[in-house]
Amino acid sequence: MARLYEYQGKKLLREGGVRVPEGSVAFSPEEARAIAERIGKPVVLKIQVWLTGRAGMGGIQFADNPGQAEDKARQMLGMKVKNYVVDRILVEERLNIKSEFFAGLVMDDARKCPLLIFSSVGGTGIEEIARQNPEKISRLAVDVGDGVAEFEARNLVRKAGLSGSVMLQLADLLTKLYKVARAYDARSAEINPLVLTAEESVYAADCHLVIDDYAVFRHPELGIEVAREFDRPPTELEKIAYKVEEKDYRGTFYFFQMTERIPEGDKYIGFHGAGGGGSMMSMDAVLNKGFKLANYCDTSGNPPASKVYRAAKIILSQPGIRGYFASGSGVASQEQYHSARGMVKAFREENLRIPAVIRLGGNFEEEAIRILGAYLTDLPARVEGYGRDDSPEFCAGRLEELIAENNGALHIVQPIADPKIPKDAYAFDTLTGRLSIDHQKCAACQTKGCVGACAPKILKLEAEKPVLAIPAEDARKGKCTECLACEIFCTYHEQKAIFIHLPIPGLKEYREKILRG
Amino acid sequence: MAILVDEKSRVIIQGITGREGMARAQLMKDYGTNVVAGVTPGRGGQDVYGIPVYDSVEESWEKQGPIDISVIFIPAALVKNAALEAMAAGVKLLVIVPDRVPIYDVLEIARVAKAKGARFVGPNTLGLLSPGKAVLGMIGGRAQRAREWFKPGAIGVSSRSGGMTSAISYYLTQAGLGQSSIIHVGGDAIVGLSHPEIMELFEQDEQTKVVAMFGEIGTTQEERVADLIEAHSFTKPLIAFIGGKAAKSGTRFSHAGAIVEGTRGSYETKVKRLRDVGAHVVDSIFDIPKKAKELLK
Repeated sequence: MARLYEYQGKKLLREGGVRVPEGSVAFSPEEARAIAERIGKPVVLKIQVWLTGRAGMGGIQFADNPGQAEDKARQMLGMKVKNYVVDRILVEERLNIKSEFFAGLVMDDARKCPLLIFSSVGGTGIEEIARQNPEKISRLAVDVGDGVAEFEARNLVRKAGLSGSVMLQLADLLTKLYKVARAYDARSAEINPLVLTAEESVYAADCHLVIDDYAVFRHPELGIEVAREFDRPPTELEKIAYKVEEKDYRGTFYFFQMTERIPEGDKYIGFHGAGGGGSMMSMDAVLNKGFKLANYCDTSGNPPASKVYRAAKIILSQPGIRGYFASGSGVASQEQYHSARGMVKAFREENLRIPAVIRLGGNFEEEAIRILGAYLTDLPARVEGYGRDDSPEFCAGRLEELIAENNGALHIVQPIADPKIPKDAYAFDTLTGRLSIDHQKCAACQTKGCVGACAPKILKLEAEKPVLAIPAEDARKGKCTECLACEIFCTYHEQKAIFIHLPIPGLKEYREKILRG
Repeated sequence: MAILVDEKSRVIIQGITGREGMARAQLMKDYGTNVVAGVTPGRGGQDVYGIPVYDSVEESWEKQGPIDISVIFIPAALVKNAALEAMAAGVKLLVIVPDRVPIYDVLEIARVAKAKGARFVGPNTLGLLSPGKAVLGMIGGRAQRAREWFKPGAIGVSSRSGGMTSAISYYLTQAGLGQSSIIHVGGDAIVGLSHPEIMELFEQDEQTKVVAMFGEIGTTQEERVADLIEAHSFTKPLIAFIGGKAAKSGTRFSHAGAIVEGTRGSYETKVKRLRDVGAHVVDSIFDIPKKAKELLK
């Protein structure tokens, strides 16, 4: 769920006709001063973070003049709260508050509709107030076809105990709040407090909007960088991972970091799950062994080998992990050898030195386990593959033993070298990369096994050399499924003539930064 | 008996000529599902594994007769239109496989379904399977595996995780326990048929003697199942596992959810509610077969 900052949400509300305090966002004390000057009234400064209870953290301050606003902003910018370093504050006119209400919109999974909630009490501690004063809360199940009618909104406010001009203003605001939420595919929206000023005007004094991840594509104007449910801004590595996901529609790839800096002495591992339920079960198994997770990663929904490869490369960009644990539900419907090949390519390129336990249960798991067993024997690290009849607990136990055998050695991140491809190599584009074959090396090849290994059968021999059997355009559009079988075969059994370049934008630079410390 | 689908159900596949649609058409047909037609606008007249393709759901109905179920493999952004098309043509059960369908699209599908007396499984579902009879969606991946992994029997399986739907059913089979129907209700916050609706169907199904449910944190589905048991609307023995114990509760962003649901949705609440009404909550999915054997006695 992509969260919007308060100032972004308020901008959408203002455009939707809801009255919000005058103000704007500042990234420096000087900007804060300039905004306060423009407003020309006492202001309030509010840190912009995805957290509630900001007042208690010192995240809401008042200033009577621009000079004060600048001083306060200087104190607030750079403040550390929970997972955040504050980098922006909202500077806006200070309201003369007479009373506070609450308005919210959530999804009701039982009735399968949005639920509009209004409370005639609001402000700090709303959850407790709601528990103690149920009569002050009213709810409306919204028909997504009809939206919220004025009369429905009036009844909603009336039932919470309000009347007169305030009721009319609030009802008007509620209909507009729903329209904004609907227009921007917000799966939740909240105004707390909703304020009545001494001048008898209703204002949205705060605003939390959460946009549906799945509908972010409809709203490029919102500039949402990572459409994921984070309670902090995404890390650099998470942004790199999200770019991979954005550019490849095949399967789902989710990557979340628990820590960016692994503390010395703690037993951290890289985690690579497949499917939500199986991943959770597998996480429990390694956590029960006393390990900590550097990251959570999930590749599911039938991703190609190339996507799993990229996920593995990203997981292995975390220095200090002691092992690699991959495990899903155990009985997956998808062909498991794609994941196996993706990991093989990544582990080979990294010359993996920490142990890996890979539980790839499901369709064709025998083939997946065979691939893991056959193509990694020359690595420094032990890699073991398991299937549906091996429990996550057993596999986590194996990882524990292998890490002990490896003396708990820490993963060292390698720089990413530019691929060495001869200029005259035979090459064609794939959906997300480029496949090259050094035909000079093919002369020494005995088996020509790459053609047989190719799963979609798009390679053929021409003058004893492998070439595309289909138009290059078709390969680029996805007929080459990036199954990686040809490269892995050629690398392990033959002349190392085939290389599939699968770029991960930003990862090279990221690793260089890590290596510089 | 079984729930929602058997070998006689007349099924179409929307998006049958796409990458996933084609692969799963083969699974369904090979397993024995009565797939009567496929639909891809603009591809009418072709066929996929001997299944005739039509330009619209209405056309497939005209040419092939009444359709009971449509299984949808369409890019997420276009799912709403496909679902509305199927319901407009008169189809009463949809299986919406794709992931990442926008939530308001799901709500609109739900609204129309309610008005037309139609139902849907998903979105973001692996589908459902009645062992030995029919499969809808992609459970099992290949017919041969599906036949090995799932056997007819007395256990109903309902799960919010696709992988765990197969895993629980497979481990039951390994223990010598067959299944009546196995269903992945879908992984999203809003789904068509959710756990409580599936329990009501299992209640009516004579073949089902015991139900295994894989729940997760979030939503009110498991609490509503507890409500059903309390109201004696669901009376069969229920074995439940709730995933997400280790998930950190984290910093909550929204008060509104808490006002509406209170503590509903949390791991502790779900487990307590289910235990209080007599459901058998297990700590590992590997305990399910043993528990099921006890309960069948």
